Order: sequence, then C-alpha cells, then structure tokens
Amino acid sequence: MKLKKGIPLIDQHDKNGFWGGKFGGSYIPETLKKPIEDLTKEFQKLRKNKKFLKKKDFYFKNYIGSPTNFVKLENLSNYLDGAQIWAKVVSEANGGAHKIYNATVHALICKAMGKKYIIGDTGAGYAGKMLSMAAKKFGLRCKIFMGAKDIKRQKPNCDAMRRNGAEIVPVYSGSQTLVDAVSECMRYWVSNCDNTHMCVGSTVGPNIFVKICGWSTAQISKELKAQLKEKFKKIPKKLKLINCVGGGSSAYGFWSEFIDFNKKHIELIGVEAGGPKKSLLHAAPLSRNAKIGILHGAASYVCQNSEGQIHETESISAGLDYPGVSPIHCFLKDTKRARYTYATDEEALNAYQLVTRFEKLNPSLEPSHAFAEAIKIAPKLSKDTIIIVNSCGDAKKDRDILKERLVRN
Amino acid sequence: MKNSLINQSFKNAKKENRPALLTYTVAGDNTKKKSLEILKSISNYADICELGFPHNTPIADGGQIQTSAYRAIKNGIKINDVFSIVRNFKKSKKDKPVILMGYYNMVYQYNENKFITKCKKSKVDGLIIVDLPYPENKIFAAKCKKNNINFIQLISPTTSKLRLKKIINDSHDMIYYISMLSTTGGKLKVSANEIISQYQIIKNHNKSKNVVIGFGITEKTIKSLKKADGLVVGSAICKEITKSIKKRQNTVTNVINLVKRLKNKIK
Repeated sequence: MKLKKGIPLIDQHDKNGFWGGKFGGSYIPETLKKPIEDLTKEFQKLRKNKKFLKKKDFYFKNYIGSPTNFVKLENLSNYLDGAQIWAKVVSEANGGAHKIYNATVHALICKAMGKKYIIGDTGAGYAGKMLSMAAKKFGLRCKIFMGAKDIKRQKPNCDAMRRNGAEIVPVYSGSQTLVDAVSECMRYWVSNCDNTHMCVGSTVGPNIFVKICGWSTAQISKELKAQLKEKFKKIPKKLKLINCVGGGSSAYGFWSEFIDFNKKHIELIGVEAGGPKKSLLHAAPLSRNAKIGILHGAASYVCQNSEGQIHETESISAGLDYPGVSPIHCFLKDTKRARYTYATDEEALNAYQLVTRFEKLNPSLEPSHAFAEAIKIAPKLSKDTIIIVNSCGDAKKDRDILKERLVRN
Repeated sequence: MKNSLINQSFKNAKKENRPALLTYTVAGDNTKKKSLEILKSISNYADICELGFPHNTPIADGGQIQTSAYRAIKNGIKINDVFSIVRNFKKSKKDKPVILMGYYNMVYQYNENKFITKCKKSKVDGLIIVDLPYPENKIFAAKCKKNNINFIQLISPTTSKLRLKKIINDSHDMIYYISMLSTTGGKLKVSANEIISQYQIIKNHNKSKNVVIGFGITEKTIKSLKKADGLVVGSAICKEITKSIKKRQNTVTNVINLVKRLKNKIK
C-alpha cells in the first residue's frame, strides 16, 4: 500500500472505488446504483467545467468568506513554553464551521443536476445547519436527518436549521446519534432518489461522497499553504498539523495540500474522540485499532463487535460521535503518513478552558480535541516547531453542554 | 443449478397456476426458538422461506424489519444461531428452500469462504446480500454457484437497460425485482400495471429465470401482482409479529393466519 505523489488523495482509488485496495468502495443497494453513477459522472464533468469552478470560487469568497484567518496563539504558546501554536480559524467561515464548503458544493451540484430537493445527515448540527443555509441560498427544499439525542444536545444549531426553513427529521432508532441519522438519510434517498439529491456530511459513505466532500474542504489547506508562505516566507521546517477526526472531512481538507511532503517535515496528527475517561465506549476506530468493516456504503475501520454489529459510541462531541471514519484516513493510517491518537471528553474540556482563557478563540468541542493534543505535545517541542490546529468549529452550539459540564467540574 | 429446490418450488407453484409465495422473517425474532417455530409453521403455506440476518445498521430496511432486527439482536442472536435455525428447520423440512438475507458486513466479518461453507453445511439454498450489488458481487456470486448456492441478484426501477441485461446474464435461478423506490415495508406507490410491465421486461430477456417481486406487498396489494413468478412478503409479517407481541397474543398462530390469507389471495 503506497501513496502516490502529485495526485490528490481523493483520486488515488482503483476502478472499484477502493483506496489502498481495501478502503472505501460503494456497498449500496441496487436502487442507488443509478443515482450514484449519475452523480459520479456529473461531478467528473463539473470539476473540469470552468464556469462551474468560477461559480464555486465566487461563492467560496463572497458567501463563505474565504480565506479564513491564520493566527498565532501568542499567549497560549508563551504559557506552554515550547512549540509555537497557531490556529487556522476555519470557524470564521459563514455559519461557523468547515461544513459550509461541502454543503455549498453539494447545493451547486444539486442545482446543476436539476433536482429541487436536498437532504443531509448531521451530528453536531453543523452539517445540517450549513446545508439548510446553502439550500436557502440556492432555493432548494431541504430535509435534515438528526439523531434525537443530538437534537437535544445541539439545540442552537437546530434552531438555525429551522430558521433557514429546513425540516429536521428526528431519528429514534439505535443510539439516536449520527450513525442512525446517516442510515435514515440513506433510506430516505433510496425512496426518493428520482427527485432528491443527497449530501453526505463528511468524507464518508460511498466513494463519490468521500470525493465530493474532500474536494470541497481542500479549500482549507489551499488557503493555509498561501498563508504559510506569506507569514514565514516559505513552509516552516518543522510543522505539525493537528486536526480532530470524526468522519474526517475537516482533517482531509486541512491536510490535502501537505500530504506529498515528508512526514518528518510536516507531521499530520488526527485526534479522535476517546469518550468519557472511564468509559469503554469511544468513537476512535483509528487510534484504538478497530477492525475493518462496512458501514454506510464503504469499507473502513469501524467500531463493531466480532459479529459485524456496529457499536454504539460515546463522546461529548456530537460531531465526532461516529463509529466509522473516512476510508482516506484509513489509507493515511496504513501508509503511516498520518498519526492518529485520541483525546477523552475531559481532556477536550480542559483544552477548551485553557484556549479560551488565553486567547480570543472559542473552539467547539470537536477542535478542542485537537487542541488537547497540541497542549499535550507543545511543551516538549522546540520553539522553532510550528503546530497548527484547525479550529474548525465555533462553540456557540455547545453552549448548553459547556455550561453544564464546566459548572460541575 | 437445474435441480435446485428453488427452481423446483417455482415449478410446483406454476403447476398450480399461481405465483410462488415467499415469506421473509428475521432470524431470532423474537427468540431463537420462536423464530424457528414461526419458520416451520409458515413453511406449510409458503413456497420459499427467506430468513434475515438481523443487523443494527440496515440501510435498506424500513421500520418494520428494523424493529424485528433490533428485537432479535437484543435477545442475543448470533450469526451461528442463524445457521443452526436453518439446520434445525431442514431436519424436518428438507425440501423447503431457505434463502438467507443480510448485509455484507456480516459476511465480511464472518469471512466469505467460511460463510459459504457454513451455508452449505446448513443446507442454505440461496443468499441475498442487500448491499453487495453487481458487478461488485461477481466473485462472491461465483463462489456461491460453485457451492450450489443461489446468489440472488436484485433489480430495481432505477436499473438501466444495459445493466439489466448484464445482471440477468450473471444471475442464477432467481431474480428479485424491487417494485418501487423504497426501503422495505413502504406503501406501494406505483400502480400494479407499471410494476408488471417492468417485470415483463426482465422476463422477456430470459424466460427461464424466476423473477419475484418484493417491497410493498401486503394483503391488500398481493392479488394485483399475481402474474409474477413469485411474490415476497416481509414487512407485513414482521408487523404482525410486533402486533402480536404487543397484544400478548400467540405470535405463531397470528403469523400462520396471515400467511394463509396471503396464499388464498393468489390461488
């Protein structure tokens, strides 16, 4: 298993859609074969279409607000007294998280395909909120599938979705979180694929959805590459890019331009959700060595039992609370290009407190997992090491959880 | 697979001038013992019995089958139990074909070859793997055939003409036509005429294949589709089981009565 250079990772799959010969693919019911083939062809066409690309760039700049800032966290760096810590403040993007890139591209594709309805899944509610925003912007009818448990814990995002005119479909099956929302969304698509476009909220699902999402979020690393050259004149010699990993869309977007670099030069670190400190449940299939399985149309490392039943997961962060992970991260793990670890709920909360104490930054619980790792390793590293954390979401949505947990502690 | 039990059942039904009745129940719903009992008793009226592997992330199943599957998992059903149900069933009903139906992850975790060997040992007649479509299923389907197990291909209203031809060419004794764009257990939203005309297109490609229609088939709709070689009823049966449990009635009796009524409608 080997990575190729000079080709975007999203395109390094074989003709059956597998990365490294075993991750990804399209394990789908027959009914979805045709809509997925149509979507694949359309996307191949659109990504080469100059008019479409111009339109995408226009909306990225004028609607999403690209580029987002790249800032040094001076106080936090001084406090930790090791490596310099920087943040790519992707949460400045319209809507407050990276999910807007994928949502905007899907809405544009939906329009191009002449479909009037768009559906999507959501965990933390960001994917749903952004899709509802994009749907409103482009005049599409929108339905969002969300686990009942997540609806309760991410109320601010739900309110936003409703304000944007989207219908939230609560999912009561299984663990009532993201995994069930994705299943239910796929079921709805099976039944309505003739007039409805489906947006998968992360770099997961059948091959084409991994590609579209990765292609969209790659904008983050394109911006960062330019910003690095601007701030440092060239790409720094010791660089570490730290990102949280649930499905893996923000991490891929943050890393895509840097995958070709040597890992001693640019280290890629993915941080999964370790769940509550003493809990046996987690959402960390990569760092806690889950076996390969098939979930939501793709093969990847999946938290499951020996019988192939998918495990329930547990994390304070709804956006990372997912038993599977993107096949491209499985590929990056097995080729050893990226290193994956996890942070517990408590570590993420502590990181959130530390970051907000020192900086004018309000990272949501998802990137707080990434900050936890940065805080852990920074003191041991030299001052010329540059750590960049993708602060990919804003904590407004976590208001209730933070209030409850931080008072209790 | 000329002398397969599956082929034979269709022939028998044809002799009686009616479509074959295929039933679907979830293994272990609501207990191992009960589901074997249900299977045995409905097989007196059904021509082919489909038995589902319960899975907790079933992306193509509607509410009724999900409920049955969650119930079975909660009661501790394991993959090996499903095989033992079939083995026990076949002890007294050796001529009744059994088709196992499930999602690919279970086969994958069990190991493809081990899974097929186990099917053969348990006298399983056919397999439906919902999320392993053509052409991804080619290798697996060939392995099945080598072991005298029917791999059943699915065709849906969205299947293109070219694909249809390829799937039929690669199919074994039976093809499953999905009546409409839906998960299992949806309300039939397409007219019977439309479904039959799609069915006819498949038949015209190769008359020797047995084509069954499934999804949305209930007591109300079954009669209108009786031209088909076979009709599958699943969610309606799962619903009956759920209802019986809720009302604390005898599940077996209620399910038999439902299957009898279904059979009478297509006689």
